[in-house]
Amino acid sequence: MRWYLSLCFLTCLLLISTASKNVEAAVLQDDRVDVLYHSYKGGGMSIDGPAILLRKKTSETLAVSAYYYVDSISSASVDVMSTASPYTEKRKEAQLGLEYLHEKTLMDFSVRQSKENDYLAKSVNVNISQDTFGDLTNLSLGLAYSDNEVKRNGDEFFAEQSRQYRIRAGISQILTRNLSMNLNFEAVTDEGYLNNPYRSVRYIDNSQPSGVGYQSEVYPSTRNSFATKISASYFLPYRAALFIHYRYFSDSWEIDASDIEISYRHPIAGVFELELKVRQYQQTQASFYSDLFPYNNAQNYLARDKELSEFDDLTLGLGFTYLVPPKYVYGDLKSEVSLQWDYIKFDYKNFRDPTAGTVVGSEPLYGFSANVIRLFYSLYF
Amino acid sequence: MIIDKKKLLIGAVGCLSLLNLSACSSLAIEPWVKPYERQNLADPIMSNNRHPIANMHIAHVYEARESSRGSEGTGGGGCGCN
Repeated sequence: MRWYLSLCFLTCLLLISTASKNVEAAVLQDDRVDVLYHSYKGGGMSIDGPAILLRKKTSETLAVSAYYYVDSISSASVDVMSTASPYTEKRKEAQLGLEYLHEKTLMDFSVRQSKENDYLAKSVNVNISQDTFGDLTNLSLGLAYSDNEVKRNGDEFFAEQSRQYRIRAGISQILTRNLSMNLNFEAVTDEGYLNNPYRSVRYIDNSQPSGVGYQSEVYPSTRNSFATKISASYFLPYRAALFIHYRYFSDSWEIDASDIEISYRHPIAGVFELELKVRQYQQTQASFYSDLFPYNNAQNYLARDKELSEFDDLTLGLGFTYLVPPKYVYGDLKSEVSLQWDYIKFDYKNFRDPTAGTVVGSEPLYGFSANVIRLFYSLYF
Repeated sequence: MIIDKKKLLIGAVGCLSLLNLSACSSLAIEPWVKPYERQNLADPIMSNNRHPIANMHIAHVYEARESSRGSEGTGGGGCGCN
């Protein structure tokens, strides 16, 4: 698998790098620093923390970036409450990147590490993009590899590994003076231990007073997926922007999913921007998912992870950005303050709430809503 | 495994299609939207990546709670999703 992916990527890389003849210099993005506070509350989970993103050009052709992100997690979700106890933990993520611009070709390379007390992910990421057709078209290709170590708190002998490979391609096209479109593809392959080591499935067990027994989940050791996304950006005549995207996803676990999002950005009085967003997502269940198995070891692969069940969710988003007048900023620099709020409602179609305490298998279907907040400051220098 | 090969083939064909387009760039094709006509598209309010740090957070929130992954435009992985 990985040989096919690598070969495909390298072939594409070679061809794309020789495709451009008539070149004019492109430019790297502006230097900036973003400082963010994020919060997620919903479904018994509370997650918040800071993040910082820094981008700096060292010359007209080279830029470096650094990203640091913290999740402070306090969880009493339905999965946890049905078979375990509430817990708290932290996840820290760090990323370093390098961008190199050669005429109309932009290459970027980044390394990333995400660490929890029971999970360590290390990844490398390479992308190349090329302006062409008189800069009406931009082509991009990318490749990523991630190596993950999985542990289980309270079990010092538990140590598993997984790996992930990603290959992506995209085309961005200016269609009119007000409309541009993007088409993106991404294939992802996982192999190794893909379970959540804490989660269990439940099955009918009449020998138990509760009528239900539990056993650990068993996932396949490989997963392959393919996602296609088409998106459009349209400039409205009164200086506002309309965005729409549609993504279709399918994988070898027989999950089919799609999401559609429409968002609108509107400037107000030259110093504010208003953003509105609606997003709808739906997915089918994995082939080995069941809310309640008929007996112990009912099949080779077993899952009762609600993220593998059939469900849909709806997001309503609202955002405000204040463009801070440069006279209020040291050095007369451009800066912005933004506040974004998303309300997300999840409705599960075949995942029941085991904490509802009624007859096993006839509990009410589970659902919850979450509020997600991002408050951030962006400084351009 | 048959499905996997099919998906890879689709990916490869997709890449090659893009490259064919790219290879045509050596032909003298006139851009139908001239550089001086792109001020609307270059307006900051039209930027998909206007708030990159927020986009990374949104992608992480969805990746942790939905099975779908890929083509988000940001990286991913490691989650705190229980």
